[in-house]
Amino acid sequence: MMEKVLFGRYVPADSLLHRMDPRSKLIIIFLYVCIVFLANNPWTYLILAAYTILMAGLSKIAPRFLIAGLKPVLWLVLFTLLLHLFFTKGGEPVVQLGSFAIYEEGIRQGIFISLRFLLLIVVTSLLTLTTTPIEITDGLESLLGPLKKVNFPVHELALMMSISLRFIPTLMQETDKIMKAQMARGVEYTSGPIKDRLKAIVPLLIPLFISSFKRAEELAIAMEARGYRGGVGRTKYRQLNWTFADTGMILLLAAVTLLLIVFRG
Amino acid sequence: MDISLQNIEYRYQADTPFERLALSDVSLDIPSGSYIAIIGHTGSGKSTVLQHLNALLKPTKGTVLIGSREIRAGRKEKNLKAVREKVGIVFQFPEHQLFEETVEKDICFGPMNFGVSETEAKRRASVAIEQVGLTKDILEKSPFDLSGGQMRRVAIAGVLAMEPQVIVLDEPTAGLDPRGRKEIMDLFYQLHQDKNLSTVLVTHSMEDAAAYADEIIIMHQGSVFEKGTPSEIFSAPQALIDMGLDVPEVVRFQLKLEQAFGRKMGKVCLTAEELTDVVASFLKGGNPS
Ligand SMILES: Nc1ncnc2c1ncn2[C@@H]1O[C@H](COP(=O)(O)OP(=O)(O)O)[C@@H](O)[C@H]1O
Ligand SMILES: [Mg+2]
Repeated sequence: MMEKVLFGRYVPADSLLHRMDPRSKLIIIFLYVCIVFLANNPWTYLILAAYTILMAGLSKIAPRFLIAGLKPVLWLVLFTLLLHLFFTKGGEPVVQLGSFAIYEEGIRQGIFISLRFLLLIVVTSLLTLTTTPIEITDGLESLLGPLKKVNFPVHELALMMSISLRFIPTLMQETDKIMKAQMARGVEYTSGPIKDRLKAIVPLLIPLFISSFKRAEELAIAMEARGYRGGVGRTKYRQLNWTFADTGMILLLAAVTLLLIVFRG
Repeated sequence: MDISLQNIEYRYQADTPFERLALSDVSLDIPSGSYIAIIGHTGSGKSTVLQHLNALLKPTKGTVLIGSREIRAGRKEKNLKAVREKVGIVFQFPEHQLFEETVEKDICFGPMNFGVSETEAKRRASVAIEQVGLTKDILEKSPFDLSGGQMRRVAIAGVLAMEPQVIVLDEPTAGLDPRGRKEIMDLFYQLHQDKNLSTVLVTHSMEDAAAYADEIIIMHQGSVFEKGTPSEIFSAPQALIDMGLDVPEVVRFQLKLEQAFGRKMGKVCLTAEELTDVVASFLKGGNPS
């Protein structure tokens, strides 16, 4: 049930994207999220899409997996599309049904916004697909390092993040297991009236909460038992290592940004 | 109700980078009223097989017959609830599925999902709680105030209260103390005997398999490695030992004895009593019976 969700999981492979420094990947994602908003006409969306497809290619992750991974969020994208179709007004009405109309601007906005959504999801999934949670956390901790000077709890934040990321698959497995156990006791999650299906969430959530709290407590004890007492003076086993490829990829994104600025309407 | 798996294949997460072949070409029969033990290493596919028995998983190839219901790979299935009512599964660590405020409500949850009235469900709860060796005063408690062993029993009671025709047990005694283990195993055997309840038991304990099952199925890397009655299976104990599987202590003892004396005793014994007789006549120099 939960197993088709690709978002947030790491797929090991030997690709340029896998080998890159997590810091450069994080910087690229951050910039990408910003420059997505530069696109406002077909040309600029084409440039963005081309860049995104290039990135997907460099990740060596089979396209069909990426597409399968998008399926769960497709509903959200569709919803955005419909919202714009029905509620954005402007330009000529394309379809007129009594007092209800779909406008040119609605179609345009609908397509652009849902495309933007899709591109963002692809790029962020590429990050998690090619970078282990530990690498992401190390990268973040290193990038946010300067904030320690103003007493921002960088290490704690990074730790919280790595623990959450680490337990996503566990939580999924657990969800699957408890769902099955309750299905064996007659609960239906995939068919039947909506009211019953909503009610069926309780027998799923309560056991999940309980086991999560239990696990958190056990983890805290295990960490303390192994001498963990915060980030101060802690050395790193994994060293980050910025290479020529990282600089190159950032320059490539800079070039894309430039193109977007030139071509945007 | 008979259950039959016919040339089942199962792949987890098919069509993703994480695809994993868990079962290949598994065929087995669970005739009505039988007691079958499934044994194998961790990861050999035992739990995956079990989930096919009440259509929690649908095979990626092959056919599953559950009573008169046929579940075939690649076909959409509706109303599986009818199947699940007849085949109860006690999952590994079933205590994780408890969620209600009181033990009684939790036990009634299954039966009521299958349309049993509240009064009937409560009646079943009071029967089931005693079947699993607990007292009725526990019914009013919160399941989360109980000990681990008691929670396990409550969860089992929740499945028994569904009054299934087939009961499927995935390592039901894992993590229990020896006495609790024996009590639970005896309880299921009693039910099997009294109600002719078909039972499928996944276990790591060869002792349990030898003691209770009519048929033992040995799984290895997603396939059925061997199946037969306990005496058939243990007649060649060396093959099992080579596979890294345990054999009952009695069988191991007999094997050692035969090796020490350099000759066979003729018949494989599964209980200490049987072995005593065979060894006695063997030592007296007579031919084994
Ligand atoms: N939800 C799952 N997703 C992916 N692979 C799984 C899942 N559950 C089990 N597997 C894999 O399927 C194989 C068989 O597992 P399982 O049936 O649980 O074995 P057993 O119960 O004999 O220990 C194992 O290799 C296991 O890693
Ligand atoms: Mg198992």
